[in-house]
Amino acid sequence: MKNGLFIYLKNTLLVVSMLALLTACEREVTDQVSFATFPINPEVFIDGFSGGLEYLPFDGSKLDAFSVDPDVKFAGTTSMRFDVPNFGDPSGSFAGAVFPDMGGRDLSGYDALTFWAKATEAATINEIGFGVDFGENKYRVNLPNLRLGTGWNKYTIPIPDPFLLTVEKGMFFYAAGPQDGDGFTFWIDELQFERLGTLGQPKPAIFNGEDRIETTFLDVQIPITGLTQTFNLGSGGNQTVSAAPAYFDFSSTDNEVARVSESGVITIVGTGTATITALLAGVKAAGSLTVEVGGSFQTAPLPPARNPEDVISVFSDAYANVPVEYYNGFFTPDRQTTLGGADINIGGDNVIRYTDLNFVAIKTLNTVNANAMTHYHLDIVVEDQQISDGDFIRVLLVDAGPDNVVGTGDDTEAFVEFDNQTLVSREWVSLDIPLTDFVGLNTGNLALYFFVSDATISNILLDNIYFYKE
Amino acid sequence: MHKPHSPEGKGKGSFRGLVISTAFLGILSVNLGCSYGEDQVVANFTEITVQDEFDVDGAPDSSLWDYNIGTRGDGWGNNELQYYTDRPENIIVQNGYLIFTARQENFEGSGYTSARILTKDKFEQRYGRFEARIKAPYGQGIWPAFWMLGANSDEVIWPACGEIDIMEIRGQEPTVLFGSVHGPGYSAGEAITKRYDLENDRFDTGFHIFGIEWGPDYVNYYVDDVLYNRITPEDLPNPDNWVFNQPFYLILNVAVGGSFVGSPNEETVFPQTMLVDYVRAYKYNGPNE
Repeated sequence: MKNGLFIYLKNTLLVVSMLALLTACEREVTDQVSFATFPINPEVFIDGFSGGLEYLPFDGSKLDAFSVDPDVKFAGTTSMRFDVPNFGDPSGSFAGAVFPDMGGRDLSGYDALTFWAKATEAATINEIGFGVDFGENKYRVNLPNLRLGTGWNKYTIPIPDPFLLTVEKGMFFYAAGPQDGDGFTFWIDELQFERLGTLGQPKPAIFNGEDRIETTFLDVQIPITGLTQTFNLGSGGNQTVSAAPAYFDFSSTDNEVARVSESGVITIVGTGTATITALLAGVKAAGSLTVEVGGSFQTAPLPPARNPEDVISVFSDAYANVPVEYYNGFFTPDRQTTLGGADINIGGDNVIRYTDLNFVAIKTLNTVNANAMTHYHLDIVVEDQQISDGDFIRVLLVDAGPDNVVGTGDDTEAFVEFDNQTLVSREWVSLDIPLTDFVGLNTGNLALYFFVSDATISNILLDNIYFYKE
Repeated sequence: MHKPHSPEGKGKGSFRGLVISTAFLGILSVNLGCSYGEDQVVANFTEITVQDEFDVDGAPDSSLWDYNIGTRGDGWGNNELQYYTDRPENIIVQNGYLIFTARQENFEGSGYTSARILTKDKFEQRYGRFEARIKAPYGQGIWPAFWMLGANSDEVIWPACGEIDIMEIRGQEPTVLFGSVHGPGYSAGEAITKRYDLENDRFDTGFHIFGIEWGPDYVNYYVDDVLYNRITPEDLPNPDNWVFNQPFYLILNVAVGGSFVGSPNEETVFPQTMLVDYVRAYKYNGPNE
């Protein structure tokens, strides 16, 4: 009996020590390796909020625009209902919110956010997508201007590169404003991430797929825009979404000329030429930007100090400016091609740049009374490489007349033209134009300040646009 | 009267073909895909009669393939928009694949070019198993096909000669496959067709196997490891019009536009390519030959 007990004890000891060994091994493994496990729950809203989901409306939005609707739904018991307010609604001018799961989820196993939706009328949802978390919004994806109908339809928002979404908080966001002043209602149901397996043929793009060339200067920062990813859906059509810079791998052909940050901002660091391109999930993005850098930005000649009553300034860092309604009227119906406006700020120096110029106008908020002034001054650079015979810049002023309204019978206008006898390519030229040169122009109610080239000259910089009394 | 092309005469790895096909059969008769929960025997015939593995770079093997050229004046009966050529720009064997390239270009009065090759007068077989491994093109208005016509197609006006469509895909529905037969009284819009919807996958993002097994009174259709259709004389409006009792030849092509798919639109990307890894034919070993 004693033997048996001994054997039994020995065996037990053996078993116990084996167990201890095994347990010890396991413990060692888990000590050294930590597996981050974020939930993979793909459901956002099926018949209610998925676990962890919150509702955070945007500032300025109608806070109660969102509700859960038990009556109108695509499937199950409830749907998400969104009541977009009318224009002027005191409780909020638009409807919009972020639905985050602040715990974070691993979405890398899915390829799209899908949902069914319909509206009370044919409606446009300005923004809808995921990746907005009221934090970095690092992996934001937006499907802009989604059109909804009055019947239920399924929509697919592809994930540009699911591999990156291992800890994502931004499950869903939207923003919608009234249409022609009128609010409307829309519903969303079965909102979830899916692994469709039927998305194919990815075609990412930067600058909307355009190959752009730009002349620029040292220290300028240029954000990369037009970042999109396009997939062909199983239903056969393409779906394009805007994708945050973090989805892309950017590169420059010459880092001594231009460098690109991970957030997609190009910084010019040296003279020369460089081309910026990108990849998304290993696929080359269409589009690029080639920068030609000549040197530092040359500021326009500093205007002289003047008594305030001797100056009426429209655009200058040296004087107080009158309020401006716009720097580019975008008269598209009249076939204006000109792009740009007061967009350039290099180290605090503000400069107007117009590209694709045929004609463009600045409009001051109020008409300007320049009757006491003697001259109209502006500084101008023609960025085109060459100013040929026949190329011109026509400086044209429109006065609205005593009724202060442009387009009525009391308007007057006149212009002065400059050609390659005065203008110099890629150098500042200062023009001090006597107002008497604008023959027939009244100057008591100046409203529009035109620059016209009829496309003979394409790109110009302007600074220090002001009237003065000599 | 044409005999099936004998592997000995071709001298192209028939033994290897047997080994490969036997192994392949083994795979086919075992449950392959996790998503299909049943064991299905989709292919029974294992004796290779002819195969093209597309291992030799250059033009397609002229001992097996011929070309259809041009538009036939009527877009090949379907108002197709392409002009078929034999140029390498439209058809070439490279790196182990037969590559069809449909291009948007002005050529001989057409706005698109592509290719269509056939084994007519070179390989024609009655009954058996016919299979190809293909990665399809995609996009609105793109129409790839792997199909067969009766050997008397010159003498007997279509559809009386018979047509078996092993694979037809509409580029604007990249997850959908059509398998059909056309014959007298059941042609074009009246063809006997079965549609197969691929789950969680597409035909243009990877290779899939398309095949038929054809016997005296049936045609079985399979894709990968799924048997998705069986057509017999009883499926026809008139069973007596079953015309699938003579040798047929193989055809591979990519069409652009036409009545089945409509024209390409601004989303359609050109050039479009179709890759074929192999084409294999097997002898019918069933009863009543």
